[in-house]
Order: sequence, then structure tokens, then C-alpha cells
Amino acid sequence: MRADLKLIHDWVPQGARVLDLGCGDGELLAALARDKQVVGYGLEIDPDGITACIERGVSVIEQDIDDGLSNVDDDAYDLVIMTQALQALQRPDRTLDEMLRVGRECIIAFPNFAYWRHRLYLGIQGRMPVSKSLPHAWYDTPNIHLSTFRDFGQLCRDKGLTIVDQRVGNGDHEPHWSSRLWPNLCGETAIFRVTRASR
Amino acid sequence: MPDTLPPDSVGLVTPQTAHFDTPLALAGGKTLSDYTLVYETYGTLNAERNNAVLICHALSGHHHAAGFHSMEDRKPGWWDAYIGPGKAIDTERFFVISLNNLGGCHGSTGPASTNPETQRAWGPAFPVLTVADWVHSQARLADRLGIERFAAVVGGSLGGMQVLQWTMAYPERIANAVVIAATPRLSAQNIAFNEVARQAIRSDPDFHDGWYEEHGTVPKRGLKLARMIGHITYLSEHSMGAKFGRDLRTDQLNFGYDVEFQVESYLRHQGDTFSTSFDANTYLLMTKALDYFDPAALHGGDLAAALAPAQCPFLVVSFTTDWRFAPPRSRELVDALMRADKTVSYASIDSPHGHDAFLLPHPRYKAVFGGFMRRVARDLQLEETT
Repeated sequence: MRADLKLIHDWVPQGARVLDLGCGDGELLAALARDKQVVGYGLEIDPDGITACIERGVSVIEQDIDDGLSNVDDDAYDLVIMTQALQALQRPDRTLDEMLRVGRECIIAFPNFAYWRHRLYLGIQGRMPVSKSLPHAWYDTPNIHLSTFRDFGQLCRDKGLTIVDQRVGNGDHEPHWSSRLWPNLCGETAIFRVTRASR
Repeated sequence: MPDTLPPDSVGLVTPQTAHFDTPLALAGGKTLSDYTLVYETYGTLNAERNNAVLICHALSGHHHAAGFHSMEDRKPGWWDAYIGPGKAIDTERFFVISLNNLGGCHGSTGPASTNPETQRAWGPAFPVLTVADWVHSQARLADRLGIERFAAVVGGSLGGMQVLQWTMAYPERIANAVVIAATPRLSAQNIAFNEVARQAIRSDPDFHDGWYEEHGTVPKRGLKLARMIGHITYLSEHSMGAKFGRDLRTDQLNFGYDVEFQVESYLRHQGDTFSTSFDANTYLLMTKALDYFDPAALHGGDLAAALAPAQCPFLVVSFTTDWRFAPPRSRELVDALMRADKTVSYASIDSPHGHDAFLLPHPRYKAVFGGFMRRVARDLQLEETT
């Protein structure tokens, strides 16, 4: 399993009701259903991802996250997960609001644009970064809202959200002294666990 | 007419009949004392009897869903693209049952059958049926064939409504539900189109209030019009445009009212063919069954509450250019299923063919539908039976 998914897998409580935004081929939901008796749905727009989900028995709904979640009731889910989709959304901030409307807690994973390799690319070569976590060229990338570990933390604070946990990792999400010390510089991907502002 | 049968065809098939003597109490309050259902089967029922798939047909459908009746047949059954060896409903694993619904005009008891009480044709006195009545009669056919529980019940359009009814009426007898290009209830616009079709039939002087058979007439003009109207709603603006555009039959305008545009010619042909092969009273009955279906109405409009008894996983499929039962109608169903905590997957297939897309070959539709059925086969541990 992809490293960020492995970490998320560990975070999800037994028997939780989960909504996975941009669930891809359903790998995470399938593992969660098998290991943690999680029930839930994935939203996806990629045809191959949808077919893969259906074939492996993961509940998948063809729905564009950018169109909102107005079809989902408030508090319908314990947990809303979104991995590697934040940066491709029209308005990540609004989606975050929607996620925390329909779920009590969110887990969000995205590529950290401030990762040192990305900085080198831009700072030294003067070119838009291309890496394992950002594999596209600038002209064909779906990633229209790149952000950093620090940026996202700031957005959460601006919204008054509670950050339960925040991690960074290299591609394999192995803990490393450098990424613990300088997460915004040394983390290739960022993972946040966020809950609603206490009312 | 195939010279040889295609390798992915179920081949030559023969319709069978089942007669039932146990009276069937109908939703409208009447009772059918006895009745006959015509059906076809494809594939082999396994020893565990757990590989049966029921096909529910749409408005003008019938039991002949796949294969050929003879080597002279011009076309195979209406859903041949999806039923056969290696197809989405793989007859090497599944035992497929496809019937003509009650009230139909292809062999099952319907308005053209003899009313045992009067020894005349039922005609317009044939009881109006509902989707629930059909499902009830289908369950009896399953009993007759020794099928306790279907691996899947599958249907498009009006057939999809029957699938929904199965999940609510017999949740323990259906392991999976496939609901394609359907809706949990007709919109006012849908009912309006049906009413125009009915009026076309009923206002035909040859209709004789439904007693046309006794008058030795056939309300062909009414049926033709009804079909022409219906047919427009089955196609998309795009597919009609692509097929006919503004093409003329001759190279000039004639300043008259005969057929000039190709689309007129096509619609008239469709209507003519239909008017000689379909029964007017059956058409009226089928459109009424469509209009009446509204499971949420019994639960104060709450579709999720209506679906509460359902236990099986669902696959819901819609088509982007279908304006008869448009994707938002399928979404309504999907949202209700999610609200009711049911297992459901939904795909919206990008097809230019409107409502008719559910009958036509399409790579993504096939991948989604076939993928779901492969999962069904895997979960039930179905081996190849042939």
C-alpha cells in the first residue's frame, strides 16, 4: 500500500463510517473494510478507478468533489479522508468546510510544495518542480492549488480548526529525524488530521 | 441473419411457458385466478442453485433478451450485447432467466388473452398492473424454477424499477441489484409524455375503448403515434442530429406534408413496425405501471425509508445524455441508498445515445457492468458451468 495510505489506515478507528474523497482504485477502503470493519463510500471521477472499485467490491460513487457534497447530510460520517486530491480542487478551502460539515474528523494528505527538492527545482533551476509526488509538467498538471505543510496548517488555524495530528514523510513515510525537525523543508508529503472548531 | 452463430452468443434459444393456478392478488384490488408466463433461460443452473440472474424488461421489452430463435432471425434478443459467454452477464457462470411480464403481448397472460370468466379476450378489462404485481409474479416463477435467491436481479428503465421493487419486497431473495437508466419515480414530464402516448391510442377510432379485437380492428395509427413520441424520448438530441441532421429524402423541399426529412421517415418507420407488433392495451397498461411506481410515496416521500428493507449491494448506472430518466434521477436513488447505509456503487456513463444507451454496446458501460458481475460471481464462488 502507498505509504500515506498505510499511515491513514493506522489512524482510522474500528468500525468507523468513512467517506473517501478521490478514492482512486479503492485500495484504502478495501483494506479498511477488511481490517477494521469500516463501512463507507468512495467518491471518484476517474473511470478506471471506478471500475477497479466496483470489481473489488468497494462502494464507489461517480461524483466530482468540486461540485460540493450537498447530497450528503451533516454529520453523516465519522471520518472524511482525502488523499492526493486537495491540490487538484477548484477551492480547497470550501471543500475542507464541506468535509467538516459531513464528517466529525478529516484526514487530508497532499504533496508538500515546500519540500527541499521542490525548492531546489524552483530556486536553483528556476523551473516548476517535477518529482515523484508531483509527476506532471506545468502545462498538463491537474494540480492547480499547490500548497505547503505550513500553508495548510495556517489555513486550519485561520478557520479555527483543531489539528489533532500533523505529519510529513518522504515518499515512504518513514519517520526521519530531519523531517521531525524541519517538516516543511524535509517532508515530501503532508498529512493532517483535523476536527471542527470547538463550538 | 447470421450464417453461423457468433461465438459470444447464447445461440439458439426456445421460449418456455409456465402456467400458474394459484390466484395472484393484485395491487389494484383485483385477482388473476390463473396466468401464464413466457420466459427464456440462458446458461446452466448450478447444483447449489445460486447462480441465477433475473432480467427485468422495459416498456416494450419481452422475454427474448439474448440469442436467436432461428438461423433466419435478423437480430438477436434485445440485450444480446450484455448477455452471453464472456459478456457482462456471463452465461458461462450465470443462469439467466428472462420473462415476458404479465400484461405483456408476447405470450404471457395479458389483455389479448382469454378472460376465463367471460371466455372473451380480456381487452381493456384486463386489470391494471403495478411493478409490485410483476415482481410478485416473478417470485412465483423463481419458486417454480427452484430458485430461492437470485445472484442478481438486473434491469434497465422500467426494468430497473422492478429491480428496486425486488430489493424492497423480497430482500432475502436477491443477492445483488443492478439498476440501469432508471428512476425511483417518474417526473411530471415523464407522466405527461405517457399521457400523450395514451391519448394517441385512445383517440384512434379503431381503438373502440379497447375492444378493437372484437371489432376486428387494430388501432395502428394511435400505436404508431405513441411509439413515435416514445422514441423521441429514447434518443438524445445529439444522437438524432448525428443520425439524421436535416437530411432530406429527396434533394429539395416539396412544400407539402409528406415525408421530407429523414428523421420523419425514420420515426414513421419505427411507429409502423411497432404498431403491427405490439398490443395497444398492453402499451396503456405498461405506461400506467411506470406512472404508478413510487415506493417513497408510501413513506411520506422518504425514499431512504422505503429502501430500508433492502439488504443487497446495488449497482446504479445512468447515461449522460439520457433525458428520459436523466442522471439526476439515478443520483436521487443513490443518495437515498447512501442515506439508508446500503452498499451502492454508481457510474454515469458518457454516451451520446440518450435513454437507448442502456441497450447498446459501450466499452465503459461494459467494464462497469461486467466488473460488478465478476465481483458477484467471485463472492458467490461461482465456477464456470459449461
